[in-house]
Amino acid sequence: MTHPDFLWRNPEPRPAYDVVIVGGGGHGLATAYYLAKNHGLTNVAVLERGWLAGGNMARNTTIIRSNYLWDESAAIYEHSLKLWEGLSDELDYDLQFSQRGVLNLAHNLSDVREGRRRVNANRLNGVDAEWLDADEVKKFCPIINVSDRARYPVMGATLQRRGGIAKHDHVAWALARQADACGVDLIQGCEVTGFELTGNRVTAVETSRGRIAAGKVALAAAGHTSVLAERAGIRLPLQSHPLQALVSELLEPVLDCVVMSNAVHVYVSQAHKGELVMGAGIDAYNSYGQRGGVHVIEAQMAAALELFPVFSRVRVLRTWAGIVDVSPDASPIIGPTPVDGLYVNAGWGTGGFKATPGAGWVYADTLAHDRPHPLAQPYALDRFTTGALIDEHGAAAVAH
Amino acid sequence: MRFTFDGRPMTGEPGDTLAAALLRNGVRVVGRSVDLGRPRGIFTAGPEEPNALVRVGADPMLAATTVELHDGLEAHSLRGKGRVDLDAVDERRCDKGYLHCDVLVVGGGPAGLAATLAAGRSGARVILVDDQPRLGGDLLNSRLLLDGAPALDWVAGLDLPARVLTRTTAVGYYDHNYVVAVERRARGERLWHIRARRVVLATGAHERSLAFPGNDRPGVMLAASARAYANRYGVRAGRRAVVFACADSGYEAARDLVAAGVDVLAVVDPRPSGLPADVEVLAGQVVTGTTADEEGVLTGVQVGVRHFDADLLAVAGGWNPAVHLFSQSGGRTRFDEELAAFVPGTSAQAERSAGACRGLYATREAIADGYAAGAEAAGRTVPDLRVPECDERISRRPAALWLVERAPGSEPAFADLHRDVAVADLAMATATGMRSVEHVKRYTTAGTGADQGKTSGAVVVGVMSALLGAAPGQVGTTTFRPPYTPVSFATLAGRDRGALSDPVRTTALHDAHVALGAVFEDVGQWKRPRYFPRDGEDMEAAVRRECHAARTAVAAMDASTLGKIDIRGADAGEFLDRVYTNMYSTLAVGACRYGVMCGADGMVFDDGTTTRLADDHYLTTTTTGNAAPVLDWLEEWRQTEWPDLDVSLVSVTDHWATVAVVGPRAREVIAVVAPEAVELAFMRYASVPVLGVAGRVFRISFSGELAYEVNVPWRYGRALWEAVLELGVVPYGTETMHVLRAEKGFAIVGQETDGTVTPQDLGMGWIVSKRKPDFVGRRSHSRPDTARPDRKRLVGLLADDPEALVEEGAQLTAAGVAPMLGHVTSSYHSAALDRTFSLALARNVTPGDRLTAVSGDMRQPVTVVEPVFYDPDNTRRDGDPLPEARVAYRGDCRAESPAAAFADRFEAVSTPRVRLREVPFVSMWEVRGTDPGTGLRLGPDWWLVSGDVPPRPGWVDVSGQRTVLELAGPAAYDVLITGCPIDLDPSVFPGHAQTLLARTSVILERLPPETYRIYVRSSFAKYLAEWLIDALEAS
Amino acid sequence: MLLIDCPHCGPRDENEFHYGGQAGIACPTGDVTDEQWAAYVFMRDNPKGWFHERWFHVHGCRTWFTVERHTVTHEIRKP
Repeated sequence: MTHPDFLWRNPEPRPAYDVVIVGGGGHGLATAYYLAKNHGLTNVAVLERGWLAGGNMARNTTIIRSNYLWDESAAIYEHSLKLWEGLSDELDYDLQFSQRGVLNLAHNLSDVREGRRRVNANRLNGVDAEWLDADEVKKFCPIINVSDRARYPVMGATLQRRGGIAKHDHVAWALARQADACGVDLIQGCEVTGFELTGNRVTAVETSRGRIAAGKVALAAAGHTSVLAERAGIRLPLQSHPLQALVSELLEPVLDCVVMSNAVHVYVSQAHKGELVMGAGIDAYNSYGQRGGVHVIEAQMAAALELFPVFSRVRVLRTWAGIVDVSPDASPIIGPTPVDGLYVNAGWGTGGFKATPGAGWVYADTLAHDRPHPLAQPYALDRFTTGALIDEHGAAAVAH
Repeated sequence: MRFTFDGRPMTGEPGDTLAAALLRNGVRVVGRSVDLGRPRGIFTAGPEEPNALVRVGADPMLAATTVELHDGLEAHSLRGKGRVDLDAVDERRCDKGYLHCDVLVVGGGPAGLAATLAAGRSGARVILVDDQPRLGGDLLNSRLLLDGAPALDWVAGLDLPARVLTRTTAVGYYDHNYVVAVERRARGERLWHIRARRVVLATGAHERSLAFPGNDRPGVMLAASARAYANRYGVRAGRRAVVFACADSGYEAARDLVAAGVDVLAVVDPRPSGLPADVEVLAGQVVTGTTADEEGVLTGVQVGVRHFDADLLAVAGGWNPAVHLFSQSGGRTRFDEELAAFVPGTSAQAERSAGACRGLYATREAIADGYAAGAEAAGRTVPDLRVPECDERISRRPAALWLVERAPGSEPAFADLHRDVAVADLAMATATGMRSVEHVKRYTTAGTGADQGKTSGAVVVGVMSALLGAAPGQVGTTTFRPPYTPVSFATLAGRDRGALSDPVRTTALHDAHVALGAVFEDVGQWKRPRYFPRDGEDMEAAVRRECHAARTAVAAMDASTLGKIDIRGADAGEFLDRVYTNMYSTLAVGACRYGVMCGADGMVFDDGTTTRLADDHYLTTTTTGNAAPVLDWLEEWRQTEWPDLDVSLVSVTDHWATVAVVGPRAREVIAVVAPEAVELAFMRYASVPVLGVAGRVFRISFSGELAYEVNVPWRYGRALWEAVLELGVVPYGTETMHVLRAEKGFAIVGQETDGTVTPQDLGMGWIVSKRKPDFVGRRSHSRPDTARPDRKRLVGLLADDPEALVEEGAQLTAAGVAPMLGHVTSSYHSAALDRTFSLALARNVTPGDRLTAVSGDMRQPVTVVEPVFYDPDNTRRDGDPLPEARVAYRGDCRAESPAAAFADRFEAVSTPRVRLREVPFVSMWEVRGTDPGTGLRLGPDWWLVSGDVPPRPGWVDVSGQRTVLELAGPAAYDVLITGCPIDLDPSVFPGHAQTLLARTSVILERLPPETYRIYVRSSFAKYLAEWLIDALEAS
Repeated sequence: MLLIDCPHCGPRDENEFHYGGQAGIACPTGDVTDEQWAAYVFMRDNPKGWFHERWFHVHGCRTWFTVERHTVTHEIRKP
């Protein structure tokens, strides 16, 4: 893998920008890139508290798929997946985007029903999807244990062949490089500490590196969105939780697809370099600590070994946690806020990485035109008042 | 000890690590590097090894420096990556354990031993963990004298007042002083979870290398490691050595190598002056390169213009305090200019570092610091602790040297050996604009190798500081993340494998189901019979037969899994009115009513029937999967919103075994098993003898047929089931239940609903009371979207082809393309209808509409119909009259305890040290409100009374709810701590507690001195019995 | 694994409890607007710092109680 010789400048912030994006993660960088590319807006700054893409972008398990149940979700994630399919060329950077297929396993009759339901919805929405029975799962991923004597046997799976993984850092750097090349200022080590409002309109941000005037301010801060919104006087229906993940030591190739099991909280793929990358369940409590409990990892490993007994002696090399901002319906909030000129893109929960280009695209369009992009319309904040939720929790309850 | 390496037979000595044994056998090249394929040898003597990675049996990758040699060991070289052997069988059995202490000391070197001594002598409960087979830390590797005698004599003379765990590596330091440690055992690791009031970290320091050209050759080794091989293992890592001494520890290594017979050619010291030594000292100079033979193995060391023919280059680059656990605890490190290393800064938890891990490298200093840390942690000073005399020299300030400039054309200078990251790669990263060490780590992969940055982290920071012209403290480190050393998945899973990977719940009838050949399905943690095939029937045939019996004769199902909540109090009716959408305060005593409850968002959460047993006494049933969530939900409202209501909730799910007797001839069965209930009217209940024991019969139907739900206490459940089946009743499972209820258009929570469905959507507007002022979720129903007229509704579907089954999950469309109007929620073959039928949720459709159901490649034309397919006028619910008088059951009602089948296995697994048995049946009651003055207190106003006492009014009979298992004997405690996280130490444990054991809720009661009774929900009894047997076998 | 101090049972491991989110959210009574209702159902504080939150000792005494915890350090402080 060769990287470009140059990625970005490290400029000093200018006193004013047309658009200030708060948060230099994947979504913030993608928004900046599409503002420049699609809308010609380059008087733009991305303000990052720490280092670029050092939050959830650096911590996620890099799974990309678009096989969501509801029309609104499928539309935005599929838009994103289509962008992924051309992104390495477009950004002139090897993103190691690998469409190796994503399996979502079913372990009981309810999972089977919901899996089929999702496959059928996907296909009607133009999203590739297949239902595999247990034998076909075994054929597609031979190291999965499909024994019917397992505690929770594999009864089938949905498969999205176009789903896969990408190298998260490369995605961030590629977007940053192109945004920087278009003239966007990427300013690291710059924390937004407050907002200057004139009437009901935001006119500037206060930062650890001084006041920066802004025509529009776009929040793209994932788990920290609530904190920022509160500084602007806005309350959002978001809760921040730790989400843990881990990698194993490097292994020779052993797993060539992505395997997900919501029922037992296992998400696993093998990265290009060879480490197994695995996601766990969300820790129960609110937290900004980027740390979770070891019991979550232990439960995840027990579940993983039921699916992959061959990993018994594979070793965990490193665990970590990101901060995910979870909305009540597990769907994002995209669009204007009650403060004029202040926009929000948040609430992606565990789904943010795969949405990176799609979210950046629609958010940039929303900012450029002062109205929600059509794909963003269902994700307005007022859905919590009207009740028009986009509930991607699915049938969480198991009942007879 | 015989072993093989890549198939070559070799021999080692007891106590050897695999690395020591390989060196003993002259092996120089142990593997190849991951990207460049360069030959690599043994670089260290500990867990920080980046090079000598091997596959051993089922272990895909281990550091040879951490593998204890055993006879017959087979090791295979790797190219930087582990290899999963798909055929390898791993027979090790891992386990877990939960410990509590006042002071946890991590590290058994001089500081840790001193801390343990000081804390333990003050009376504190102390645990010491150390990763080596023997205590001593760096003293194991040295020739130091303490009080004039070998240092290990001092160690051996210590009488440590502590629980000492050797071969145990603390790998994670989590919130609230929770430390996780891996104990390596031949039979499989044990993962210890240690909750400590205070922690003393005495984790020592790691020697570091530096980046100079050709620093990765086999033969280049850390100096302290070369010394360890010489002193501890009696192995010479080379014959002719050069020592690169950026720190004075290099001189000690040189001395020890000489003593071991190594020909030390020179000590190269970059500092202006060297120390006096018996070998040549090149002060103010650095190693500028290495030479190698055709295999890449070190043949010489270049120091400027001078060349030394050497096969060992021992590098003493300085020391990095092992701040990993400190950093994991949330503590912040700072860069110490004097030590040229990161040291612990501000603590975040009740923790203190001692000795080398905070930069106090000298042995006497470390011991003194350990005493102080131990006393501080225990909160008391122990007077008579003496620091032994030591012959160690005082070390000078190390050279803050991170890299040696590379001449054009020379070998790469590596910063990370495992990931093949050279200085040039780091330079490339900073040239792109990267300034953060995190970016550079990710760009180059430096620090992400198998050694987790232990040998590379400091070098990367040092090189970056040179490249960026910033101080190392400004560059900072990347975050230290758990685990400190790699931990296998199996270790983290412990005994939660296979059948024990998640608790299993079974009913009182389970063994009978198994005997009948039932096919089970998982419903939450429950095992429920899905159908009962006979003589090679497939599911379809079995279900057709079972349905036929229920519709034309009589059939029976195990309905014990439904949640059952006993609700009492003057305000019980009011309480139910508030949580259900319909009315219960007006329900007549003895009557049953179906109800739906919603979440605050107005969506259907659960359903079930509630029966008024007395004015102030109700019994509510829940769905199988929601029993616990519903009880928790009710408890939440009771405690947090309506504390003024006089109402109490007790789960009796496991107290009762429930058999649903269904079919037009069900009355004939009731006439035998519960004759006093034979005249029961629809939706009525009677408390009557069943098989002669006190039972309850409810005339509730989930099929439209005459049906009774017959309840007996758990231990009589199997007798009831068998008595019913003896009457010729056909057993049926959940699949038939589904067909029967769907034919009647009854929705299933979780199948027809998915958290987005209101009662109105299900066509149950009739169940949503308009008279009540409020109920949970009511306000949500009038939100704009929830009140929309065009929401999806429950409808029926009939496919044009009566033989064709529309798949559940099929999407409904007008013409086979989007938009989707809804989806199929239930779909079955119906014996009664002699065709297939489906239920669906769909918007904007009315009966008679033609739709296309899409599933996979199938497009099926269907017609929308009303969702009631069978007996829409409810003509069948009273069944057939009794044809003739029946003789009531006269046999014994045999009682069977939940763990009865385990008696022999309990006996077989018991030993004199620990005995396992089921305690014979005793009556039990749960008491709410007023203190009964007896029994176990379970909560602020909650007691469990058991034994031969007369029950008082208001006591809830829960005799069947729990099963009591008993562990007795001196090892009972050791078994319990493998699955019970609370502190069971007699000094702390109050005598009983409600807690978790093996991930199930239990009441644990200690009968002094060493007997423990475990009260477990009867449905978990079989699982817990298996778990305990497994624990005894593993102990 | 947090250590939560149950007012009845004393300090216990986090996995004996269910998390209950922000404390002190009362269910509104009487006529409320859609906005007020949405605020009750969906809006919760999400501070970075000290947070009053509820825990339910589901595997112990089954008591709901309030804890003050710091959402960055996870430190729990006594009132």
